[in-house]
Amino acid sequence: MGSMSMLTTDVAVVGAGPAGLYAAIEAAKAGAKTTIINEYVEPGGQLTKQIHKFFGSKEHAAGVRGIDISAKLLGSIDELKVEKRMGTLVWSIFHSNILAIAHNGKSEMLRANKIILATGASENAFAFPGWTLPGVMGAGAAQTLINLQRILPGNRVLMVGAGNVGLIVAFQLLQAGSEVVAVVDALPYISGYCVHSAKIARAGIPILTSHTVKKAYGEISVEGVMVVKVDNQCKPIPKSEQDMKVDTICIAVGLTPLVELAWLANCRFTWVASLGGYVPLYDDKMETTVKGIYVAGDAAGIEEASTAMEEGSIAAISAVESLGLMTQQRAYALRAEAYERLRSFRIGPFGKLRDQGKQFIWRERQKYAERI
Amino acid sequence: MRIKVHPVLGPLKGKATIEIEVDGRRISAIPGEMISSALIAAGIKVFRTTHKKGEPRGYFCGIGQCTDCMMTVDNIPSVRTCITPVSKGMKIKTQYGHGKWEV
Amino acid sequence: MQRGFKLTGVLTDAELHRLPGAPSVERAAKGPVAVIECAEEFPCDPCEYSCAYGAIIVGQPIINLPCLDEDSCTGCGKCIAQCPGFAIFVMNLNYSKKEATVSFPYEFLPTYKAGEVVNAVNRSGKVITKGKVVDVKNLTNQDRTVVITIAVPKEFGWDVRGIERKEVKAYDR
Repeated sequence: MGSMSMLTTDVAVVGAGPAGLYAAIEAAKAGAKTTIINEYVEPGGQLTKQIHKFFGSKEHAAGVRGIDISAKLLGSIDELKVEKRMGTLVWSIFHSNILAIAHNGKSEMLRANKIILATGASENAFAFPGWTLPGVMGAGAAQTLINLQRILPGNRVLMVGAGNVGLIVAFQLLQAGSEVVAVVDALPYISGYCVHSAKIARAGIPILTSHTVKKAYGEISVEGVMVVKVDNQCKPIPKSEQDMKVDTICIAVGLTPLVELAWLANCRFTWVASLGGYVPLYDDKMETTVKGIYVAGDAAGIEEASTAMEEGSIAAISAVESLGLMTQQRAYALRAEAYERLRSFRIGPFGKLRDQGKQFIWRERQKYAERI
Repeated sequence: MRIKVHPVLGPLKGKATIEIEVDGRRISAIPGEMISSALIAAGIKVFRTTHKKGEPRGYFCGIGQCTDCMMTVDNIPSVRTCITPVSKGMKIKTQYGHGKWEV
Repeated sequence: MQRGFKLTGVLTDAELHRLPGAPSVERAAKGPVAVIECAEEFPCDPCEYSCAYGAIIVGQPIINLPCLDEDSCTGCGKCIAQCPGFAIFVMNLNYSKKEATVSFPYEFLPTYKAGEVVNAVNRSGKVITKGKVVDVKNLTNQDRTVVITIAVPKEFGWDVRGIERKEVKAYDR
């Protein structure tokens, strides 16, 4: 690293989605020199393509479209003079406080007193014969195309997955002008919110539960798909195939936390199925098992934008507290408020599982602390 | 196909004022948009073929994670076209296998 | 045939009338009233804030299903565009001797104009009757969620929940 220049900052936030933006805002407000790094050239993360109005509490921007929340947060980032490094990849973490960053083919080292990983998630793939054909894509990838890039991925679309992402993107494909031939899901019921499935149903799009994709076919890109009914063991039922002529197949079968940097930094992990897979251990300050490295948002377990924002705040409050930029009392009070809001999001049939997942992580973190 | 009007996003603001070259063919692009977007707008779906079996691949994850959309851009192979913006006169080639550095 | 919103996305009549957000049959017969078709507990409360008459109550915890105070509800329709889930409708079963009106959120292009004759659809998206657009509202505070009101034969009031979208080809691209 001898010849490389060493940049420095107080708090480095990796990822400029809802969690990262909230973290950067909170850190900068407390007076920390804050740098936000994002691989995509535009900040905002998934918010930049969420054209629908958000659920949640009215006090917390419910009823506002994700795109508009994003615009507001980006305004605050600029106002607070957060250093933005967009289109910049973090390719490793050294000595738990140096970020190796690359922009336009040039590498640099950034030493940060505190690091907050808000790297988000990636979509799960779903392998069926023909799934690699051009025209098969993630539902989120299609959403990026229609809402951010203003490009229609295709004219006739099959949506695979009747969770919230599948239902929301199916509706937005209709808004963009595609035809959606059906939403299929191997589960025997619709796992997404009823209000989303109701919109799809009213638009006349069939939601086929207990159905999955047998194969996609086409010469060099998707020309059609065979959909098959499955029994309650998820086994295809013979002679129940339906041939659908589509040019696009969107896959919405869940998300996995993007946590490579936490692995590279030697953070301890645990497996939590309800939060999307391997998640770094962290405590109620969102600090991982590596001192000074925090996680927030989907990288800390798949949830939603609203909870990601709260976690981003908690991580940043804890980071600036540790830097001596905020009193313990104030940090404690702010965290308590954030947890109060989080609690209200993590109840009910949908929130409960995630709450249990979070509690599991804290317990595992506690056990780890006791071991060492 | 570009979405010119949208019930929430309104009319398309960007204008396809620049040209890029794909396998020798000229297509128009909107400054700032991703390479993959310009290609899909022009009806191009196959971005590369695989090393062993020569199977077609295209736009898949849209966030630079899956590497399905890699192409050779200005003689540099394996550029992730879904997170790389276009620039005027860019020369893009369908990538066969691992592609070749031609710098 | 599968039934029930968890299997089809479509509320059955029994499910609908059990909802705390649905007005009673007697109240609905009297005139304009909101029908809140929100059937699952998740954190959301903009509807509560949207009502000037305090006729929608979510309370604490925020995952409560919205409850309609049917005597306070005037059927003004302000809540329709404020529901992020497009789950609120206003029904007026007393619009005229033979007609009821149904107001619903609409976020597609091309949009409709008052006077147009449309195909009215039920919760399954099936065309069940013809209807006539009587009002199209697109106020600033609706934030691009258009609210369309259509008149349909009275007996379809409880079932009509939208209109068939216009041909996608009509998009200008």
